[in-house]
Amino acid sequence: MESSEDDGGEPLSRLAEWRDVTPLPQDDGPNPVAPIAYKEEFRETMDYFRAIYKADERSPRALRLTRRAIHLNPGNYTVWHFRRLVLEPLNSDLDEELDFIQRIANSNSKNYQLWHHRRWVVERLGTNVRAKELHLIKSILSLDAKNYHAWSHRQWVLQALGGWEDELDYCQQLLEEDIFNNSAWNQRYFVVTRSPFLGGLTAMRASEVRYTVEAILANPNNECPWRYLRGLYKDDIESLVNNHEISSVCLKPCQEFRDAVVALWTSDSLPLDPDLATAICGILEHVDSMRASYWIWRKNKLPVAA
Amino acid sequence: MADASFGFSTLQMGELAIGKHVQYILSVEKKKDSFESVVMDHLRMNGAYWGLTTLDLLGKLDSVNADEVISWIMTCQHESGGFSGNIGHDPHILYTLSAVQVLALFNKLDVLDIDKVATYITGLQNEDGSFSGDMWGEVDTRFSYIAICCLSILRCLDKINVEKAVSYILSCKNLDGGFGCTPGGESHAGQIFCCVGALAIMGSLHHVDKDLLGWWLCERQVKSGGLNGRPEKLPDVCYSWWVLSSLIMIDRVHWIDKEKLVKFILDCQDLENGGISDRPDDAVDVFHTYFGVAGLSLLEYPGLKAIDPAYALPVNVVNRIFFGR
Repeated sequence: MESSEDDGGEPLSRLAEWRDVTPLPQDDGPNPVAPIAYKEEFRETMDYFRAIYKADERSPRALRLTRRAIHLNPGNYTVWHFRRLVLEPLNSDLDEELDFIQRIANSNSKNYQLWHHRRWVVERLGTNVRAKELHLIKSILSLDAKNYHAWSHRQWVLQALGGWEDELDYCQQLLEEDIFNNSAWNQRYFVVTRSPFLGGLTAMRASEVRYTVEAILANPNNECPWRYLRGLYKDDIESLVNNHEISSVCLKPCQEFRDAVVALWTSDSLPLDPDLATAICGILEHVDSMRASYWIWRKNKLPVAA
Repeated sequence: MADASFGFSTLQMGELAIGKHVQYILSVEKKKDSFESVVMDHLRMNGAYWGLTTLDLLGKLDSVNADEVISWIMTCQHESGGFSGNIGHDPHILYTLSAVQVLALFNKLDVLDIDKVATYITGLQNEDGSFSGDMWGEVDTRFSYIAICCLSILRCLDKINVEKAVSYILSCKNLDGGFGCTPGGESHAGQIFCCVGALAIMGSLHHVDKDLLGWWLCERQVKSGGLNGRPEKLPDVCYSWWVLSSLIMIDRVHWIDKEKLVKFILDCQDLENGGISDRPDDAVDVFHTYFGVAGLSLLEYPGLKAIDPAYALPVNVVNRIFFGR
């Protein structure tokens, strides 16, 4: 079992335990350039790590050393690799390993190596840690609800270990906190289409349309529910177009705000096009001028009004 | 004086401080005496690619000692054929691509045992067509792009199962037309670049809904003119590459406001010390310096070499690889 990570930061060269090891300095290659001045603790730790790595020593002290090195530089992927090589033969307590990773994650939540190492550990622990994992990811998402790594890990846990039952509710909760959270909308789609408890997209479509329409009405300027709506009818655009509930939502703001649409049309020389879709594209060409070319293209794609 | 085709006027916009950026990169490459550089020592291979490609785009690749760099690169190659981020590190597909790209910059691909590198990469393709980053098995569409780009540069793309590689990437396509890291993963501009780039290299862009994706990508441009990577996120100079190159590969770059993007990138420069940051007034780094300059190159900013949007290498380097020495 590993001793506490807080070994007091004692220089390794002063510890009896490391007396038999010759630390290896950084090799800058056959044509060394200007000498490097390292921060002392970092330099020393890495010198000892290099010695252990080269000797392929898979011992308890090697394990402690990788912990120290990871604290100093969690981006160093080689140290994470070596730690895995050491963890296995030592039959280490992997639950403790999860706690260790979590402490590093607190200030390094976007580190690829950390998340991959976590996955490796969870794979070995299995469904027993499912609840703990889902809980941990929730706590990281509570600090940054769009952390891409956390979401990717969450999707993997659900697919590898299950735990789908509460996921739709979780998405609901996140969207209540921030209806603009694209990651939560993406997760919602993930759950609706893949959860073994919900019956798939076709079964869920009606209730999801209702939910999405509500979201659109609450914030019509939110791009997420509009795209989500399209996604619900992925291979079946006919049904989307023929859905009365949807078309009334899409046309409602347009009819209600027709005056606003007219007011936005600032050209004195050109009349507002009688076809609403064309008129809107014309307006957006000016109001959303960064994407003028897009709106011109969109306008040209519209079916010619009868 | 205005450039008629793009309406650029030197009276209206700031300038790219080329000299300062060259100085900045050379100082990072040569004198690694800052703690920041030391903690990035494990990804020095990536840093070399970012720094040297930028120098080449600025016409200053000859400022470095090619032989020194090449011999260092070769000492990073392992028995398996893969390259590590630096001496004393494990091989990984990330650094293997950067190594090959840097050798391509120096027109020194012939120092490689191509079969050896190809064997390393083909060994990383999984049953479902995806690619792992290394022996530890992490899967991500980033690695698909890396494998395909690397093998293409080495002219041996046929050594992998291209059909399965394509189908895996397509399984990562989302309802918004974009792509994520794995099937079901949220669309993200970086992942989109990787998937679109890989499909482009494999001649499979017809699978992409260019109008749908083009719209998603052009919506990344925010008021300041910068680009974000996902809806409702902050702009970052690195997306000037990932979003822009994707738009170019699918022929929809006219859907954004190029002039405003140029201005955003130029505003991210540190005009005193050189280098470019993620957004105006933040600290600079080589990563964002590369993406800012590469983005400006894609926007045809004057004085820069052209860069290939799929290979992320100067066009003349790509031509040299595919059309003769």
